[in-house]
Amino acid sequence: MEKITQLTSTTTVLAIDDVDTDQIVPARYLTATTREGIGKALFADWRFDANGNEIADFPLNQPGAADRRILVAGRNFGCGSSREHAPWALLDFGIQAVISSEIADIFRNNSLKNGLVPVIVDTDTHQWLLDNPGAEVTVDVEARELRLPSGKTVGFPIDPFARHCMLEGVDHTGFLLQNMDNITEFEANRSWQP
Amino acid sequence: MGGKSLFEKVWDDHVVVPETEDTPAVFYIDLHIVHEVTTPQAFNMLRESGLPVRRPDLVLATMDHSTPTVPITNLDESLDAASDPEPANQIRAMVKNCADFGIELHGFGSAQRGIVHVIGPEIGATQPGKTIVCGDSHSSTHGAFGAMGFGIGTTEVCHVLATQCLLQRKPKSMAVNITGKLKPGVGAKDVILALIGKMGVDGGTGHVIEYRGETIRGLNMEERMTICNMTIEGGARAGMIAPDETTFEFLKGRPQAPQGADWDAAVERWRKLVSDDDAVFDKEVNLDVSDLEPHVTYGTNPGMVVPISQNVPSDKGDASFRKAIEYMQVEADQPMLGTPVDVVFVGSCTNSRMTDLRAVARILDGKQVAGGVRMLVVPGSQAIKDKAEEEGLDKIFTAAGAEWREAGCSMCLGMNSDKLGKGELCVSTSNRNFEGRQGPGGRTVLASPETAAASALAGVIADPREAL
Ligand code: SF4
Repeated sequence: MEKITQLTSTTTVLAIDDVDTDQIVPARYLTATTREGIGKALFADWRFDANGNEIADFPLNQPGAADRRILVAGRNFGCGSSREHAPWALLDFGIQAVISSEIADIFRNNSLKNGLVPVIVDTDTHQWLLDNPGAEVTVDVEARELRLPSGKTVGFPIDPFARHCMLEGVDHTGFLLQNMDNITEFEANRSWQP
Repeated sequence: MGGKSLFEKVWDDHVVVPETEDTPAVFYIDLHIVHEVTTPQAFNMLRESGLPVRRPDLVLATMDHSTPTVPITNLDESLDAASDPEPANQIRAMVKNCADFGIELHGFGSAQRGIVHVIGPEIGATQPGKTIVCGDSHSSTHGAFGAMGFGIGTTEVCHVLATQCLLQRKPKSMAVNITGKLKPGVGAKDVILALIGKMGVDGGTGHVIEYRGETIRGLNMEERMTICNMTIEGGARAGMIAPDETTFEFLKGRPQAPQGADWDAAVERWRKLVSDDDAVFDKEVNLDVSDLEPHVTYGTNPGMVVPISQNVPSDKGDASFRKAIEYMQVEADQPMLGTPVDVVFVGSCTNSRMTDLRAVARILDGKQVAGGVRMLVVPGSQAIKDKAEEEGLDKIFTAAGAEWREAGCSMCLGMNSDKLGKGELCVSTSNRNFEGRQGPGGRTVLASPETAAASALAGVIADPREAL
């Protein structure tokens, strides 16, 4: 995982509630055995028509969208399946943070493990961001805050461990592996065995 | 201090290293179910790090998502004939990964192959008090046994393979109290659809639900699984039901259930897996189902649901609502009953078990699926397929004009060869009506097996209570 301390970008706005992971990556793109090139599947059925041509008014197809690193989405982004292909595809496309008033649990978990920053803000801030596509904002992982163009800052929650891993650029697996002795001891001392 | 809830008891029993402010808990997993779609990258991560699978004996491996539902007799030849190259490669990768890492695979030809969440309970691997994960969000199904089941991503699949543990923060708890006697023609699927309609698709975010109350106690295990299965559609991490005699009765004698003296000891331990009377929940929801009707979805998530006799809600100017009904080609305020149907799908980990198939067979028996309607009946596992054939259900389905297939996820998700065509409307017993879930441009109406069967006969969305 690459180090992330802060990230400044203009936003792309996808003002739809309950965007599910089947939209982020449709199931037919889950047949690969590696994660390379998964960005082409991102929102495939919303970005492209049946002939593979870009649908002009979809937010990610608009001029400049390819350079924007931050996606502002409607409430409850990432609900549905556990496919990690969803954060992989967003990252491969170039999105490094998703802002919403609510982000689904499994998607949020998967995002944190891959260096995609899930930013949950209050509904007023969320509404302002939805109403102002292209606003330049800063997601500051270190300070745990989002800075708006007005200079206003809004705090966001992030698990301290996930934040540490992002700031240091280390993955979560190492921490688990350091605990192998504890795991062995736990297995030996259980009152029942699975 | 109050007593402990069922969830807290199971949670506490699996904490290897407690969480601190800075670090999540190291949390032990008793059963890891793996399938071909969400694991290949995890096995690659293991290879890159040179790590073995820590406990191959706690891994249950099968293939179900991208598998064709026509017979596969010879892995290479018939797979190539029945599948696109990418899914076929994924299936071959699963065979290789399991062989390389010493995991027993319930693949083609195994009498125990089937949908991940169907075979765990069927072979008795799913047991009260266990922590059960799978790279599939409907792992909540296993909660029907008083286990804690939840879906994980591929990186976490790698974590469990390598360490048998996950890094977890303790979720919040929520009690859902369900009371009242269900009317004939109304079942577990209608209960869970109604509940999601009431809570919203994000109503459970951050929580583990415990389903409680007299209605739940009266349900059989298959019905309980249907309810817990769709817990994730309400956004919750997991859904649990305290084990009782119904649970023990179901598990007794299954191949992986404890036997003999071990069985008695296990039951004694399992009986303690109930919430204490003074347990405190972070949130409570009540649902009285006495007057519940069959439910169907009208939109593009499982929370967009109405009682079958009612109309699509009125347009209150919500953009997401408009987008959904436009996609579904329904109008605000139109009745759902009578909407023309192209396809009926009976299957998926929500409703593909024996009681589901028997309910469908009762309605179809001696009748014909309406002209122009394609109906697929797909058993959840090889064992269910065999049992249904022993009972002659397959004959009833095929005589009615339905297709009877091999076990698998099939048309629940559009990644094997069973897909909806663009614009086709499917009444489906599965769990997700997201845009394109069953194939690009396909329209899904979620319903119970009974509603699906009645609609297949009528050729339009129909009330199963009239077909009883
Ligand atoms: S039947 Fe559907 S929901 Fe269940 S495991 Fe298969 S794809 Fe997932």
